[in-house]
Amino acid sequence: MTFRKYFVLAGVAVSAAIGDSLLSRGMKQIGSVSLQSLPHFILAILNPWVALGILFLLCFFASYMTALSWADLTYVLPATSLSYVLLALIAKFVLHEQVSAARWAGIVLISGGVGFVTRGPELTHPEQHAEHPIEPEAELEEAGKHSRSRQ
Amino acid sequence: MTQAYTWGAIFAVVLASCSGDVLLSHAMKQVGDLGELWRQTTLLHLAGRILKNPSFLLGVACMTVAFYSLMFALSWADVSLVGPAAAALTFVANAVAAKIFLHEKVDRRRWAAALLVAGGVVLLAA
Repeated sequence: MTFRKYFVLAGVAVSAAIGDSLLSRGMKQIGSVSLQSLPHFILAILNPWVALGILFLLCFFASYMTALSWADLTYVLPATSLSYVLLALIAKFVLHEQVSAARWAGIVLISGGVGFVTRGPELTHPEQHAEHPIEPEAELEEAGKHSRSRQ
Repeated sequence: MTQAYTWGAIFAVVLASCSGDVLLSHAMKQVGDLGELWRQTTLLHLAGRILKNPSFLLGVACMTVAFYSLMFALSWADVSLVGPAAAALTFVANAVAAKIFLHEKVDRRRWAAALLVAGGVVLLAA
């Protein structure tokens, strides 16, 4: 694991938490949605909080895809679950919500899970790359192999 | 009866988001390490390569189904049950699915991590 990879994992957790909080804040301004108010709902993206939230969730998706390109699903999911902890901290310190003892216990459990998985290897099935060679861009794959063998 | 509907909806969300995660993970392994590809090609080429992957498109479709099923379920069921139950069960279901379909080596460490996170999510919603 390089520093760049930890940075991508942190990006997944942070952008998910910030995106969700911004969306939640924006949607509370807009109010509850029903089928009758569907046009109103589509206009929700014009709300600056919602728009910013969507931007962060796009960043989340990009960094999530990047992480999945070099790590197992069972590594990425627990490793990025710190976003739940961040959400609880944002709720307490930015939105001034009450964080109960049970929630703090939940935070401890999730952090424990993250600690567990990040101490292990991030990829356990290197043979999968060989099983599914990439068809069209042969020269790209060739170059990829060279750079991999150099490491 | 309402309870059966609620758990049906939770099951639908877990199934859809789990399929989506497995398909997206499979797709990105086929595409290759983005960090390495980044040095060799342009952003446009990279985006095209990802968007042309059928597993990726199917994965995004599953994620969309999961998102709308969750919205649908949240509109009539209890948020404090549906939200955490769906999230926690997805963590555990993903560990099983990754082992079966992606052939990941889910060792005791990873099982512990998945269960701890799932338990933590339930407590966060308590």
